[in-house]
Amino acid sequence: MSARVRIPTPLQKVTGNQAEVDCEGSNVRELITNLDNKYKGIKDRICDENGKVRRFVNIYINEEDIRFLKGEDTGIKDGDEVSIIPAIAGGY
Amino acid sequence: MSHVKGMRCKECGREYPKSPIYVCEYCFGALEVNYNYEAIGKSLSRKKIENGPKSIWRYKELLPIDGEPTDGLNTGFTPLIKSRNLAKELGVKELYIKDDSVSHPTLSFKDRVVAVALSKAKEFGFDTVACASTGNLANSVCAHSALAGLKRFVFIPADLEMGKIVASLIYEPNLIAIEGTYDEVNRLCAEIASKHKWAFVNINIRPFYAEGSKTYGYEIAEQLGWRAPQNIIVPVAGGSLISKIWKALNEFHKLGFVSEVKTKIYAAQAEGCSPVVTAIREKSDIIRPVKPKTIAKSLAIGNPADGYYAMQTVRESGGYGAYASDSEIVDGIKLLARTEGIFTETAGGVTVAATKKLLEEGRISRNESIVICITGNGLKTQEAVYDHIGKPYKIKPSLEAFEEYLKKGVVQR
Repeated sequence: MSARVRIPTPLQKVTGNQAEVDCEGSNVRELITNLDNKYKGIKDRICDENGKVRRFVNIYINEEDIRFLKGEDTGIKDGDEVSIIPAIAGGY
Repeated sequence: MSHVKGMRCKECGREYPKSPIYVCEYCFGALEVNYNYEAIGKSLSRKKIENGPKSIWRYKELLPIDGEPTDGLNTGFTPLIKSRNLAKELGVKELYIKDDSVSHPTLSFKDRVVAVALSKAKEFGFDTVACASTGNLANSVCAHSALAGLKRFVFIPADLEMGKIVASLIYEPNLIAIEGTYDEVNRLCAEIASKHKWAFVNINIRPFYAEGSKTYGYEIAEQLGWRAPQNIIVPVAGGSLISKIWKALNEFHKLGFVSEVKTKIYAAQAEGCSPVVTAIREKSDIIRPVKPKTIAKSLAIGNPADGYYAMQTVRESGGYGAYASDSEIVDGIKLLARTEGIFTETAGGVTVAATKKLLEEGRISRNESIVICITGNGLKTQEAVYDHIGKPYKIKPSLEAFEEYLKKGVVQR
C-alpha cells in the first residue's frame, strides 16, 4: 500500500528537502519503518526510544488524527495522505 | 539590550540560535526562549518595574525582544480587583479577579501575546502575520497588524460566535473560515506555515509569542504588592497560559521580587473538552485528545499542544482541575456579572464555575488568597447567554404603563 506522506519542515533535511514523499506500508508502524529505510534517521525523530510515536508528534491519515483511529495500528490504503505534524500551540 | 541567549528544546535541551523556529529538529520537542537571568537580575528591580510604563512593557527585560517594543504599547496592566460580593457568595476570605476582559485593544489576554509576537515578527523582518484562532487571537492579530501596517491572514473554525467574526473583519484581514474544529484549523495552518514564509504567531513565532502570557502572572504578583497568591484558577485550552503564569511567578522568585511562591495552580476546562483536567483527575500521564463539544469555543481545543506542560504545572504546584458543563458556564458568567459587574466570555464562565466546584470539593481552602483569571469579554460571546438572561420589558410610552411594570415585572435584586 503506497501512501503520500507530507513531511514537516524540521524533517525535510532528512528527506533531501522533499516536502512530500511516497512510501509503502500496511499500517502506520510499518510506514514509519519503511520511511526510515529510505530516509535514515527519520524514525528516531518521530518515535521515542521505545519506538512509540512521541507525545508531541501528531500523525494524521486523510486529515484524521490516528489517536482517534487505531493509533500506530491504523491501516493504510493505496492513495492515503499521511501528515506528520508537530504539536501546535493555540487558545489559552 | 536583549537578555535572550538563544532557544532551547524543552524536551532534549538542544540549543538553537534565536530564529523563527518552534520545534526541535531532533526530537520535535517545543522550543523555548533561553534567558540570561544573571544579567536580568543585575539590570532589573522592583523599583524599575514600578517606574515603567503602565503596560506589559514594564517587564520588557523578561520578554524576548531585542530592541524597543513596537506593538501593544497600551496593552496590559489590567485591573486586579479585590472582590467583596463574589467572595461573600463563594464564602471565601480573600478573592481577586484579574480582569483581562478590558484588555487594550481587543478585550482579551491575547493582546499580551500578540504585542510580543508582532514586535518580534518585525525584528525578524516579516511583512505578513498569520494565526490559527478560536476568535480572541484572531481579533488581536487583526487589530495589532492593522495598526502596524502588516499584511494579515487569519484562520478560524467556521462556527465561531458572530462577535468574534465581526471583531476580526472590521480590520480588513484575509479571514479564512474553515469547516472543521480548531484542531483541524491548526493542523492545516501548520502545513500552510511550512509552505508560506509568514509570521504565524502561534506556530513559528510561538516560542516568543507565548512569553507574552507571563505578563499576566507578573501583574498578579506586582498588583498584590509583590506577593504570589496561594491559589490561581486558570482557563486551559492549549495549555500555554497556565504554564506561563507559573513560569512568571517562579521567575519573580528567582529574581527576588517575591519572597516565596506557594501558589497552587488549578486548571479550568469545559466538560465537553477537558483533556487536561481529565488527565489530572485520573492521575494519568497521557493527555488523550478529544473532539470538543462545548459553548466555550475559545477553550475548544481537543488536542492541546502544551497540555502535558499544563498538567505538569498543576502537579508541581500542588493544584488540581475542574470542568464545567454548558449550563454551569452560563451560570458562572451570570454570577460574575451579578456580583462583580464584569461581563466575561464563556471561558470566564468556565473559570468561575470551576472555582466554585474546587471550593465545594475542598480542593481550595476558603481561608486562603485566591485569584480567578478572567481572560475575555462577554460582548464577544453573546449567543451563549442570550436565551438565559430574560428579555427587555416592552411598554407603551406612558407613565401608567411604567407603573404597571413596577407592580408586576420588577427584578428583585
